[in-house]
Amino acid sequence: MTDNSVDYIARAGRRAKGKRPDTLHDFSAERTLSILMAVAGEVAVLKERLDTVERLLDAKGTISRADIEAYQATGDAAYERALSTKEYVARIMRGVQQEMEAMQAAPERPTAEISIELKNS
Amino acid sequence: MKQDVPPPYTAVAQHAVFPKPTHDEAARYNFLTAFNKYLSGPIGGGNKIAYDSRVLPAFQAEHGRDPQDRFEIRDAMNQDPWHRYWSALKRNSMEMRQQNGRSITLRQLDELSAKVCQFNEGRETLQLDPLLPIPHYMDAVDIHCMPGNYQGEERPGDMSAGANYDSGLFATTAGGLGALSDGGGQALVEWVRKERPDWKPRRILDLGCTVGHNIVPLALAFPDAEVVAIDTGAAVLRYAHARAQSLGATNIRFIQMNAEDMSRFPDGHFDWVQTTMYLHELSGKALPRIIHESERVLAPGGLMFHLEQPQYSDDMPLYEQFIRDWDAFNNNEPYWSAMHALDLKQVMEEAGLPRECQFTARVLAVVDRTIFPAAAEGAEEDHGRAAAWNAYGAWKAEA
Repeated sequence: MTDNSVDYIARAGRRAKGKRPDTLHDFSAERTLSILMAVAGEVAVLKERLDTVERLLDAKGTISRADIEAYQATGDAAYERALSTKEYVARIMRGVQQEMEAMQAAPERPTAEISIELKNS
Repeated sequence: MKQDVPPPYTAVAQHAVFPKPTHDEAARYNFLTAFNKYLSGPIGGGNKIAYDSRVLPAFQAEHGRDPQDRFEIRDAMNQDPWHRYWSALKRNSMEMRQQNGRSITLRQLDELSAKVCQFNEGRETLQLDPLLPIPHYMDAVDIHCMPGNYQGEERPGDMSAGANYDSGLFATTAGGLGALSDGGGQALVEWVRKERPDWKPRRILDLGCTVGHNIVPLALAFPDAEVVAIDTGAAVLRYAHARAQSLGATNIRFIQMNAEDMSRFPDGHFDWVQTTMYLHELSGKALPRIIHESERVLAPGGLMFHLEQPQYSDDMPLYEQFIRDWDAFNNNEPYWSAMHALDLKQVMEEAGLPRECQFTARVLAVVDRTIFPAAAEGAEEDHGRAAAWNAYGAWKAEA
């Protein structure tokens, strides 16, 4: 880091001016979600990096870090990677998506009630 | 079935001053792009389901009537756990985009600054005014959660605000703006070529140009035109000038100026005065002043053209107005809601452009469709970010 440089790690995460909406009405839930989504992003990054390594190994047999940095997915490879990320997002968001479906379902009773009912019917 | 997936971040065109992403930084944007598409696509409709299935019935039961405006819907929806969670996810996505863009940009700040300086030093096509006050509406909050706003500087003479802005447009629009994030500017060129095929504007003025991504296509399409692009933020202008020069658009003069006072330009100076996604970042008093000033500097027979997300007309359902308002209250766009409720036709009329001179048009981003997707509209639209706009314009009467 030269004298002129800024501490990019500290400055990258600088807070934006403006009161943050208290969406979940729970500080811990808000901030745990922030951490979880950042980690979810990092897992996606690892998956994509591994995909790059595999594709380069398939193509060349041996690779360097420079090969990984220079790699650009195009055509079918770009589609397959984007599809994999799409599938990944859908997987980690399953709970939210199922709650959306629950809103559309007919009113449901606790399974314990149904259990008793079935026992006697 | 071929699935609808966004193009990879590496499809972005890296002009000479573009912040170069590493493999993993590009992958981080790819995640955000996929995540944004998921929030507006597969589960975006969950908000309407929550509204129809429980929020509206509960409101009707409590008040004995339907909601009267989008604000009542917002208050009611903000009590709904599903909508709250969706909002929390989306807010995080917006914050993560800023963190990633700033990390990419600031990591290579010295190198980027040197490149930008090469394009800028001693050039009279970049005119900064260090004494220009930042308007209050540019300093009230950091717009779209962009730390430091358009004018923030990490050190004197900094341009990283512009570089960060340019770097992330792709992710927030899921590639809908094309390789140079200039699908809006390309659309302006296409529109005017269809509308007035032989028209050659001599002078063009772009207000609130930020990184100049929408004025460069116009400058390249009309190479003989004298183009002026203004903004109040020096940080974005430094980057915009270098970016334009690197792309060969050498006929643009970037000037740090507040559009409320363009007294430096004589009456009737420009044949075309235009904005793209700018009016919603002003204020109730600044907007009409700027439209007035724009009319003053517009030549007889000239074109005024504003590209924006659709206005909230009486025909637009209140729920749609509410969901289009999400950015206003959750992504630091404090004038968004009031601006979209304005009657822009009346504002332009009061500025001296009668209704018979006015027009509206639907404008879609013009990009390379072999790589970049068309913006989703309707139920899956990413409201506020879709690369599809309404144009509000007028041809000023000939003298």
